[in-house]
Amino acid sequence: MKEQVKILCITCPKGCSLEVTRDGETIVEVKSGCKRGHEYAERELTDPRRMVASTVRVKHGPHPLLPVYTAAPFPKGKINLLMQALREIEVTPPITMGMVVVENALDSGIDILASRDMKRIG
Amino acid sequence: MLKDKYDVIVIGAGPGGLAAAIAAKRQGAEDVLIIERDQELGGILQQCIHNGFGLEVFKQDLPGPAYAQRYINEALSVGVETLLDTMVLDITPRRRIFASGARSGFVDLKARAIVLSMGCRERTRAQIRIPGMRPAGIFTAGTAQRWVNVEGFMPGKQFVVLGSGDIGMIMARRLTLEGARVEGVLEVMPFLTGLTRNYVQCLMDFDIPLHLSHTIKRVIGKNRVEAVEAVQVDEKWTPIPGTEVVMPCDTLLLSVGLIPENELSRKAGVQIDPITGGPFVDDRFETNVPGIFAAGNVVHVYDLVDWVSEAGRQAGVSAARFASIERRKEDTHVPIKPGENVRYVVPQTIDRESLAEGNVRLQLRVRQPIESSVWVEVRNNGNLVTRKGELYARPGEIITLEIPMKAYDEVQLADELTIAIVKR
Amino acid sequence: MDKFDVIIIGGGIVGCLTARTLSRYKLSVLLIEKEADLGTGASSANSAIIHAGYDPLPGTLKAELNVRGNAMWDVLSGELGFDYNRSGDYVVAVGPQELLSLEKLLDQGRRNGVPGMHIISGEEMRSREPAINPQVSGALWAPTGGFCDPFMATISAAENAVQNQVKVLLGTQFLGFVIENNQILGIHTNRGDFACRWVVNAAGLFADEVMHQAGVRPEFHITPRRGEYAVLDRADIQVNNVLFPVPSEKGKGILVTATTHGNTILGPNSVPASGKEDTAITSEGLAEIWEGAGKLFPGLRPTFTIAMFAGLRATGNASSPNRSIYYDHDFIVEIPDSPRGLVNLGGIESPGLTSAPAIAQRVVELMVSEGEKLQLKPDWNPIRPPRPHFRKLPLEEQKKLIDADPRYGRVVCRCEMVTEGEIIAEIHAPIPAVTYDAIKRRTWLGTGRCLGSFDMPRVVDILARELGVPVEQITKRGPGSEFLFRPTKEMEAQHVEG
Repeated sequence: MKEQVKILCITCPKGCSLEVTRDGETIVEVKSGCKRGHEYAERELTDPRRMVASTVRVKHGPHPLLPVYTAAPFPKGKINLLMQALREIEVTPPITMGMVVVENALDSGIDILASRDMKRIG
Repeated sequence: MLKDKYDVIVIGAGPGGLAAAIAAKRQGAEDVLIIERDQELGGILQQCIHNGFGLEVFKQDLPGPAYAQRYINEALSVGVETLLDTMVLDITPRRRIFASGARSGFVDLKARAIVLSMGCRERTRAQIRIPGMRPAGIFTAGTAQRWVNVEGFMPGKQFVVLGSGDIGMIMARRLTLEGARVEGVLEVMPFLTGLTRNYVQCLMDFDIPLHLSHTIKRVIGKNRVEAVEAVQVDEKWTPIPGTEVVMPCDTLLLSVGLIPENELSRKAGVQIDPITGGPFVDDRFETNVPGIFAAGNVVHVYDLVDWVSEAGRQAGVSAARFASIERRKEDTHVPIKPGENVRYVVPQTIDRESLAEGNVRLQLRVRQPIESSVWVEVRNNGNLVTRKGELYARPGEIITLEIPMKAYDEVQLADELTIAIVKR
Repeated sequence: MDKFDVIIIGGGIVGCLTARTLSRYKLSVLLIEKEADLGTGASSANSAIIHAGYDPLPGTLKAELNVRGNAMWDVLSGELGFDYNRSGDYVVAVGPQELLSLEKLLDQGRRNGVPGMHIISGEEMRSREPAINPQVSGALWAPTGGFCDPFMATISAAENAVQNQVKVLLGTQFLGFVIENNQILGIHTNRGDFACRWVVNAAGLFADEVMHQAGVRPEFHITPRRGEYAVLDRADIQVNNVLFPVPSEKGKGILVTATTHGNTILGPNSVPASGKEDTAITSEGLAEIWEGAGKLFPGLRPTFTIAMFAGLRATGNASSPNRSIYYDHDFIVEIPDSPRGLVNLGGIESPGLTSAPAIAQRVVELMVSEGEKLQLKPDWNPIRPPRPHFRKLPLEEQKKLIDADPRYGRVVCRCEMVTEGEIIAEIHAPIPAVTYDAIKRRTWLGTGRCLGSFDMPRVVDILARELGVPVEQITKRGPGSEFLFRPTKEMEAQHVEG
């Protein structure tokens, strides 16, 4: 059964409104301004993902928290579980930007990376 | 060990300042120092842990701290000196900097060129005059961001956000991800003021309602915020009676605008454009004060940090060029300072090469009358360069003295000359 | 049970100056204050003006104590080490009609014994205050008027009292009297009972409730009236003087004044408050302030605002003790016949701040007239050593301060240039500052353009460290006003959905 959905594209700052016609799981047509928008619409309606940034606890660092981020867009439905998992870990310096803090988080195939360096203090 | 004088001193180690310092170094400035009030480099980016930085500069989607880390690494690798945990207190138009820090103590430095990159501050509750008492729980989005992301504490459980700019929306998401409730975002304009992509990723994704054409009529609560009274407004921002809704919450987050931080700029005599709130600058980012440059949010509020870094880079190049001209002037010119009993001497500096072509004439006045024989002496660090006898010295009469050509070698090596009048 | 000669209820300017004045004598004195800091009521929400004294009705206690108190501020500020500026004050007439009112005030002032008043021309007023309304037709100049730092006046008085063996208890609320045979023997508080021979009721807004507990003046009631103020950015406007409009039936009107902190403040309006807690700024109040201030300074803009506050006046309904005049909002400064042992102060609204030192002196006089034999302490020290304000020091002094204690090198509040050393000094002062607002009142941090955005996390951190408590316990103004709830990474037990 065909239905029309409107979604907002987040690929670039323009923020176009895309009209998508879908038939169950299948995307039939996308009215959009550009190719990237088309790709976004398809993904968003079948497997929505987001870049996630957060923090994890760190011991012996200059601050109690280390900022981290997903190496690639993360499945939207698992974000709450990801946040819970990040609450439970604690890291210790030395840490370098880009270092893997959690490998293959929640079996997503996506690593969680350190956003910055941190030296050991005390 | 801090030097007395630097080629370029950059104030603020955010994306603007870091880029300026790196560019100054790459442009050939020998001694470049960044003074930063926080305990580490990076500026506001250290608390902006979300992605969206570096799309232009690095062609990557980086979180704020990672963008900063790239610049920090480069700054350190090119030999930029840093002074952390130090606040600049005053800058003079002649580019003398006074600063203080707990570990650095009282700092007194000279700069051949200065780059101002202090960034901006946030508009406050009082500046938009929200009625109510003054309970705990009214915070600007940036203060809350510092607590949540860096200090590691949640400043509330139940939030209302005023302002649909990017900072407000990003904090709405952040707080929700860390287990707080965001009841809604209120925006006085009839349209979203931040990016649509943030509306999707920060509000829609979390079912946080956006109320356009709404503002806050008053804050409720005495010791801690208990609620805010939201109200709809017309196109003139006038509240529409009867549309008031009390929204229970314990925190009001304000995201109502950024203002360039120019307290120091004013002290240095920099002219501020009343419309931007930042200095008037030319295409080289020089302000009206020669040798003082400004870049980044301190000049006007940017939308993309990549452009801040680009502005910083240009300002750094300009600052380095200015510094190099200053160096040359110092090499070619030696200052002459009034010493004992001398009120002033003109000229105040002389071109070292002038003595190759002829004598250099100095004119000076004594402070107080001396009615007995005097020597008028020019010295280089105690060594006599030349002198002349006079029967008396009176303030009303100019005394003339010539530095002879034969003093050429002495003057070549001098850092500074002093002229004094002493009794015989 | 702890026993004292005198217990003072209320740590506002009147209570603190009374404590300080009593500390001269060989008496054991306790001052109790229910809030987390001293002076949190009207003492920290006023125009800071030390009035010359032409405004109160001649013959009232207000008039007498205003003029007497006014004369005491130079010595007081010198001894206690707080800022005070005897700048003179002006009542400004706009347009020719208002000049008549100036004559009337001049006459009233002379009857009250106010020295040195003159009426000056519009031209002269404009030369003294260039930004003033060009329609100014003249002004009443009272050279004895001025302005002070009311926060530090209150705190320094209390500190000097403590220096001289007075005990101060914060967070301690009066609950009732212990009376036997018509004699006060002590008080009940939330921190236990205290025995005493005298109680001084300096409870401000709550003075009526306190005196009623002793059965005194059941007909006396305090009807709080709210006054709202706006503080302006010194980069936008700097006013040099204390300026009043010509008064109306509503009162002194919306004044514009310089402050010891270098700001300009506008206000107050005067409206009935909905209760003794109602210190809210209202949009109507703000509109009133801006309209009123615009009369004196047409160039003012609401965008100049960097802070707003409101205070409550302890307006009472007591008839003047001077029976020959009709006035029913006068001060109560008395020792009732029954019960014995009470010095009763009530209805202390404007000119309360100005009168406070004279009220304190009157307390002593009244006790003596009731037979109290007061002996001076030979080692009483009137001087409270002031603590340095980094921002106000010349560079050389700043350098010396940092060399002596590096913590004075770390600037925490950028807008007002307040250093960590100053904050720590206030936390460990004789009257400890343990809340954010307490530090704010003493150091002036958090009052500038960023209104605390930059300094708040740092101050909370310093307080927690110096007091040895978790940051979650640090408050803005006492229990119930905590800033932080929990660490970011500790969630309350919640059902987490996939």
